Amino acid sequence: MTATAKAPAEPADERLLHTSLLRRLMGRPELGAVVGAVAVFVFFSFAADSFLQVSSLSTVLYAASTIGIMAVPVALLMIGGEFDLSTGVMVTSSALVSSMFSYQMTANVWVGVGVSLLVTLAIGFFNGFMLVRTKLPSFIITLGTFLMLTGLNLGFTKLISGGVGTKTIGDMEGFDSARAVFASRFVVGDADVRVTVLWWLGLVALATWILLRTRAGNWIFASGGGANAARAVGVPVDRTKIGLYMGVAFAAWVAGQHLLFEYDSVQSGEGVGNEFLYIIAAVIGGCLMTGGYGSAIGSAVGALIFGMTSKGIVYAQWDPDWFKFFLGAMLLLATLLNAWVRKRAEATK
Amino acid sequence: MARGGDARTAGARTVRAARAARAARTVPALLTAAALLATAACSGSGGKDGEGRESGDGGGKGVGTERMTVAMVTHAGEGDTFWDIVKSGAEQAAAKDNVEFLYSADKEGDEQAQLVQTAVDREVDGLIVTLAKPKALESVVKKAVRAGIPVVTINSGARHSEPLGALSHIGQDESVAGEAVGEELNREGREKALCVIHEQGNVSLEERCAGAAKTFDGSMDLLNVDGTNMPSTQSSVEAKLQADQDIDAVVALGAPFAAAAVKAKENAGSRAQIATFDLNASVVKALRAGDVRFAVDQQPYLQGYLAVDELWLHRTNANVLGGGEPVLTGPAVVTEKDVPRLEKYIERGTR
Repeated sequence: MTATAKAPAEPADERLLHTSLLRRLMGRPELGAVVGAVAVFVFFSFAADSFLQVSSLSTVLYAASTIGIMAVPVALLMIGGEFDLSTGVMVTSSALVSSMFSYQMTANVWVGVGVSLLVTLAIGFFNGFMLVRTKLPSFIITLGTFLMLTGLNLGFTKLISGGVGTKTIGDMEGFDSARAVFASRFVVGDADVRVTVLWWLGLVALATWILLRTRAGNWIFASGGGANAARAVGVPVDRTKIGLYMGVAFAAWVAGQHLLFEYDSVQSGEGVGNEFLYIIAAVIGGCLMTGGYGSAIGSAVGALIFGMTSKGIVYAQWDPDWFKFFLGAMLLLATLLNAWVRKRAEATK
Repeated sequence: MARGGDARTAGARTVRAARAARAARTVPALLTAAALLATAACSGSGGKDGEGRESGDGGGKGVGTERMTVAMVTHAGEGDTFWDIVKSGAEQAAAKDNVEFLYSADKEGDEQAQLVQTAVDREVDGLIVTLAKPKALESVVKKAVRAGIPVVTINSGARHSEPLGALSHIGQDESVAGEAVGEELNREGREKALCVIHEQGNVSLEERCAGAAKTFDGSMDLLNVDGTNMPSTQSSVEAKLQADQDIDAVVALGAPFAAAAVKAKENAGSRAQIATFDLNASVVKALRAGDVRFAVDQQPYLQGYLAVDELWLHRTNANVLGGGEPVLTGPAVVTEKDVPRLEKYIERGTR
């Protein structure tokens, strides 16, 4: 927009340079999302009096981080051309395993945390392994996992704890140190920052490095862009996909431990429906549903948009009945924007 | 893929075999490590070893009456603590009354109706249903009554119970329970309250808030949150408390959400008091710590227990409970001073 407004006043070569820069920027998958994030931020700064308070922003960041932690590996998975519908309940499974193992064994809670990591990674491996072995769409495989996990969460919890929530592990050894790692808060200047924000940023940095600087990153793009072509040039597509599912499982473990240590017990029915939030964040952030395109930073921006909107509506004190409507409208707009940006980017190539 | 792939496939097979062998070595090693850790790194506090030995069984040998079958069909969602307590009350009464107890649930109205139909087809001797979606259940409950099966309704739907031909209704009137909260808030001198609805569009939750707003002298705001997403629930309540500093009371409509409200209040630095519907172990802890001011208990155990007992009494002694009026199991307001008495019952899941 600025380019066309400025253009007539400037010399021709200057304009050409400007356009190419702009186009290069437009080629970035997260651009559409960044524009959206700025727009949402400015909008709520005006619409809600309390939105710009430091404490409010830290609440928004927290809300964004709990989605963002999962949105990062989900974005990588989508770049790799696959879906995972089991993510929401997998987070709960991870928390349940950790809590119930520690409780039943009367073990230091870190033992439960470790066992939970193994179990969650195994679930991720199962998803990936089933996918590459059966060649069924990931939609079906992970839908099956989703339903099975939902049932297992409830069934095991009732069998072991005798209720639908786990028993408290708040008085057990290691709880305080585990809480410090997964659910603590610290003060930076005036702001109260949750540790989940650090996990989130760490995962974004790690994922970005993998995507852009390593061979595995190229494999992910290649697997999602065209699995057969990738296989033909020697990309280990199956291994890449299993790895991606295990990456999702790792993040589910982090999010699950947060869920557990933020409180000290877990409700077994939690998490259903959250899988869509992660996918939404990844898509708003520029991932394509068809794979081969997207970024980890974009997923973070997507999660931030999601956090800002969902809490912004509360700060603005609007009737929250309309929340889902805004969400739907935003997803649609973001996808349209991304499609448009991508078309422009392809036109420049 | 077809031709030149053969050599590669063979190569891949050896690689895979090697990898499998490696995995075969690592997996048991990992398991052993985990087991070792588990035994070595024991917790000196809490956990299963810290559990009391007290049992929740009422004991007794049961009655000498003829075996009968009772089916309970509820609208419980998966993993709801509340229905667990209802069920354990019913099971306890069934054990005492020599009743074979069948339980099923579905939160969708028509699915629930099908489950009721199944019970009718089985020709059970008594039927317990919830009427959260009265329209969906109307015809099938009438069918059961016509087939001569005594029906007791529990929990919500008191209004609809009698017209359908049910013997009795045992439950809590959500509006009355809400009104009790409003009065309690007045007693605490609160001026602005927030009612947190954890399942948008759930009639009984709306009724609780409406009831509270009716008797509460101050003003009341509603907040819809996503109940299956605890971090989101917490941050939404936090956001609301930051946005409106005047809020001095938060009413959670289910026990798990009270803990989220307490966290939200701490994070937002708000001075609000927390009140909640229903009890669980962490609410009791919070009551004792003063984090939660009071809880409204509708005694779900009684709903299950009395319903089975009523069907048994009806069969063996032709009794009818309530005299045409709903039998209320709540609201019972629980505060810090009730905690010592109730603690052990909550721990074993009957309160």
